[in-house]
Amino acid sequence: MSKALAVRGLAKRYGPVEALAGVDLEVGEGELVGLLGPNGAGKSTLVKIACGLVRQSRGDAEICGLRAGSHEARRRIGYLAELFRFPGWYSADEVLELHQKLNGSAGGANERHELLELVGLADARTRRVEEMSKGMQQRLGVAQALVGSPPLLLLDEPTSALDPVGRRTVRTLLEELRRRGTSVLLNSHLLSEIELVCDRVAILLQGRLVAEGSPAELARARGVEIETDEGTRLFEGKGREDVPELVAELVAAGRKVYGVRVLTSTLEETYLEAVGGATS
Amino acid sequence: MTSILTIVGYGLREALRRKVFAVVLLLTLAFIALYWLANHYAFRDVNSIQPPRGSGIDARTFAGAFIFGLAMFGTLFLGVVLAIFLTLGVVRGDAERGLLQPLIVRPVGRSTLLVARWLGAVAVCAPYVGAVYVGTMLITGLTGHWWPDHVVIPGVELAGGVAVVAAMSLLGSVFLTSTANGIAIFMVFGAGLVSGLLGTIGHALSSHALSHAAKVAAWLIPFEALYQDALREITANTTGLTGFLLNLGPFGGGYTGGATLRLWAAAYLLIVGVVAALAFSRRDL
Repeated sequence: MSKALAVRGLAKRYGPVEALAGVDLEVGEGELVGLLGPNGAGKSTLVKIACGLVRQSRGDAEICGLRAGSHEARRRIGYLAELFRFPGWYSADEVLELHQKLNGSAGGANERHELLELVGLADARTRRVEEMSKGMQQRLGVAQALVGSPPLLLLDEPTSALDPVGRRTVRTLLEELRRRGTSVLLNSHLLSEIELVCDRVAILLQGRLVAEGSPAELARARGVEIETDEGTRLFEGKGREDVPELVAELVAAGRKVYGVRVLTSTLEETYLEAVGGATS
Repeated sequence: MTSILTIVGYGLREALRRKVFAVVLLLTLAFIALYWLANHYAFRDVNSIQPPRGSGIDARTFAGAFIFGLAMFGTLFLGVVLAIFLTLGVVRGDAERGLLQPLIVRPVGRSTLLVARWLGAVAVCAPYVGAVYVGTMLITGLTGHWWPDHVVIPGVELAGGVAVVAAMSLLGSVFLTSTANGIAIFMVFGAGLVSGLLGTIGHALSSHALSHAAKVAAWLIPFEALYQDALREITANTTGLTGFLLNLGPFGGGYTGGATLRLWAAAYLLIVGVVAALAFSRRDL
């Protein structure tokens, strides 16, 4: 079965700047993949190539087996740009109606109502975009991306302007989308958010994929801390699977074990290690 | 087709929302009022003008064609202002503001978007130009009892000239920022008008070089040629010394025109459209 998104050897140059230098990445059906990396790592470029806004210099990008950027591929994506704006004189409902027409969605008023409810804007249906806060506009952007129930969502910093409540709304929404089987590529700087919702994480640095895996895989074991009657001892390099053996050895040696803690690095630590402190 | 109509509607709504449209409407009302005043005084005084006996100069025809030629210039200018402001930021300007990306990722071709935005601009500008053209013609006709020799073609050509400017502005918007594009298109428009005036002077002085240069310029930027042809059409049947004097310009007569020009203007629109679509298709957003 074709992947929701598949990029192979994807490269992009902007003049002398190499934004992407041969990236391979896949997003499976119903999978939620987080894309991390410092500013200028190539995250937005990858997303833009996937939705046909930018042409790659080499490599392939496919959406559900169709060439990215093609008419049919664009029918299968929902996209929220990092920097976007809707005409200020449109109401929330009219923005969605415009995108329904452009996308050929037959959802009508029901779909619009459902989407606005999903992003917590049901009460702002007739409110003009120019009268909305940045956070409301961003949630409207998410609703716009969902018009026509696309199988793949490409979200570029969808929570950058949201307050904690708004972020939670989007997080809940992402979990709901996963439940429905929608694939999502989530580009975000918020590691905690990625860690909470994503099935898999890919870290980009200078246009290259430097780490990839589930948050649990990336959050590597740092050791096991065991509290005994002699005090607390750290067994570096050991993991969860080593705990029974370590405890058995201590007990066999006559120690009393009061507590065990498996130490893992956080995604943030893994990320910082992967990017080597790069910020842009 | 639905996509085209949707984007035409989007463009129309944007046009009507923009303050420039209100400004142009106010300016138009001021222009119409002043134009009526000018006609009133010009035709009141024209009765007292006595051309030399036997000269064959028809003072009323001269005044009517001249003053209506001026109105046509004003109409073209206002239409061009509107066309430029409606199209100057369609690609790069809207992309920089983040308005374009949500639209362009939809299954709408980039060329479809350009065509639709052009149609949207023309749908605003052409009726506007037509209305001002008819309005000024009625003022001159009813005040001075002078009517153009041809009524329909000059109006269509003025609207066509504005449509050409809108297409050029759309093409410019693929490459230039809104401000740069607006300045560039206004300068091209000004250059076209200056070349037309130089052509008139060239004809008056029998300067082949000036006339030739003006003709080349008019064909390179056919909105100017269409404007000249429109001027020519309003006095197409005016002959004798009156016709000669009108041809001295600047708001009467015209030396470029005919069916070939109209065909060229249509082909020019097509060429500009194809170049814009090609350039847009290669542009990273």
